[in-house]
Amino acid sequence: MRLKHIATFVCLVMALTLPWALQAAGVDFYVSVVSRMVVYAIAATSLNLLIGYGGMISLGHAAFFGLGAYSTGILLSEGVQSAGLHLLVIGLVTGVMALLIGAISLRTRGVYFIMITLAFAQMLFYLANSVKGYGGDEGLTVKVRSLLPGGMSLQEPATLYYVALALLAGVLFFLHRFTGSRFGRAVQALRDDEVRAEALGLPTFACKLVIFVVAGVVCGIAGGLSVNLQGYVSPNELYWTQSATLMVMVILGGVGTLWGGVLGAVALLLLQEVLSAYTPYFEFWMGWVLLAVVLFARNGLAGMSASLAQWRARL
Amino acid sequence: MSGLFLIEQALNGLQLGLMLFLLAAGLTLVFGVMDMINLAHGSLYMVGAFLAAWLVNWSGSFLLGVFGAIVLTALFGMLLEATVLRTLYARDHLSQVLATFALILIINDGTKMIFGNDLPLSTPQALSGPIEILPGLMYSSWRLLLIAVGLVVALLMYVLVQKTRMGALVRAGASNREMSTVMGVNVTQLFTLVFGIGAALCAVAGSLLGPLLAVQVGMGENILILAFVVIVIGGIGSIRGALVGALLVGVVDTLGRTLLQQALREALPPQWASAAGPALASISVYVLMAAMLVFRPQGLFPVRS
Repeated sequence: MRLKHIATFVCLVMALTLPWALQAAGVDFYVSVVSRMVVYAIAATSLNLLIGYGGMISLGHAAFFGLGAYSTGILLSEGVQSAGLHLLVIGLVTGVMALLIGAISLRTRGVYFIMITLAFAQMLFYLANSVKGYGGDEGLTVKVRSLLPGGMSLQEPATLYYVALALLAGVLFFLHRFTGSRFGRAVQALRDDEVRAEALGLPTFACKLVIFVVAGVVCGIAGGLSVNLQGYVSPNELYWTQSATLMVMVILGGVGTLWGGVLGAVALLLLQEVLSAYTPYFEFWMGWVLLAVVLFARNGLAGMSASLAQWRARL
Repeated sequence: MSGLFLIEQALNGLQLGLMLFLLAAGLTLVFGVMDMINLAHGSLYMVGAFLAAWLVNWSGSFLLGVFGAIVLTALFGMLLEATVLRTLYARDHLSQVLATFALILIINDGTKMIFGNDLPLSTPQALSGPIEILPGLMYSSWRLLLIAVGLVVALLMYVLVQKTRMGALVRAGASNREMSTVMGVNVTQLFTLVFGIGAALCAVAGSLLGPLLAVQVGMGENILILAFVVIVIGGIGSIRGALVGALLVGVVDTLGRTLLQQALREALPPQWASAAGPALASISVYVLMAAMLVFRPQGLFPVRS
């Protein structure tokens, strides 16, 4: 247990000093690469809340990433730069959409839930393609970035990095507290056996809907950060392959584990970054790695570290 | 808007629907009987199209190229089933999504390595022009061929599923897999064969649609989701459902694209109408899918007993 705390502490210190370290090494370009990992870590963690804790396998989660990104991108292109306002609008837009989509989708179960979330995400994908005023199928490029309350701009890579990191830390802290809370236990109980949870008097539909909305809003915030990072948002952010990529991150990292989303996002993007330096066909090799993970490491990276700890304990 | 125009659009819808049926037929059986989400099914369509384009250019004969592509894609599908996909039947849906998504990445980039990003494939000379099918109605002879092939394949599939021993075994598996295994059906071996047939149908669709759309990497991803729409509407595991669902999706999509756009053009400024028309047509298909999942998740033709 103490080892775990030390490891967490070391990770935190490394994460906090990273921009300085990269600058000292003269490769400060990599700050945005790492920021991208943090942004996707937030998105993957939100999907892990949905899949791993709530038992809702959504193949349409990228819709909320895209909604958050488009909300922020449209506000920025209209000259509204206040980060607080962006957060409010992301919360409203993704929250209301998640409420609508969730309320309809949660009437279905299992594989039908996978299919209906996919259907809604595809609707929003085609909607994004049709808004010609904001880029249409070519996507929307924004020149300015969000401004924090103190007047700091997310244009500065290090600022964006720390904001994303703080949000990720907040999300992880929330998830940690949630797991042990009354509500968290109720949600996990209904994931394991919905009929039993219902028999115990839990309002299962309401519980699931709350999780669906929270996961959607958190993913929308990640989308808002992504626009600030890239200065660009396109309908492809809502395409089903993007939803599948988020799901791949969750499975790769470890379904239903606190760090699963973070591990998966960092591992996948790191792999992509390293492989693409050597070959234009990096997806080919990434595919083989992912296939090996499914076939040989059944519980993802978090599962691997757990079985490693078991193996150590036996020595 | 004339009657001839409507007939033309209906034919376009029929053509799209029949091609979707070719893709959905194999997918629905694997999904229905093995409870397996195979995202890599669209990759078989792409592989079929690339093989056809390559073989047609190499041999100079369209017919030879297409037949070669069908055989090779079927073999490739069976190999894929026997090596990777078979181990996934017993796993949960998440593992299936991860593994088959990994296969998409591998097959996409593998195709790019071998053939490049795209290959040219044009219709044979004799079928490249339009012909007059009704007085005053010229229609693409290639599209007519697609309709004819689609109808013949649909008929063959009907005979195969309804009238042969193999079809009876597949239907038994779809209705209740455990029970049919207990009754002595070797479902595993049966499914390597079913997968091969599904892959062959993908190759037929890929090589026939290749000249109309484009033979390029990533062509499978978009049409895969439409195939999922088809099988959800028709009922997962049902061949008849796949046919009806495919025709429904084909007609809704085509009519949405043309009639809806014309209606919008009268109601909205032109630049809005031209943007909203195709989007609404695409969206309407998914609205149909979502409505089906809410009100009748088992689909039009339920299979599970």
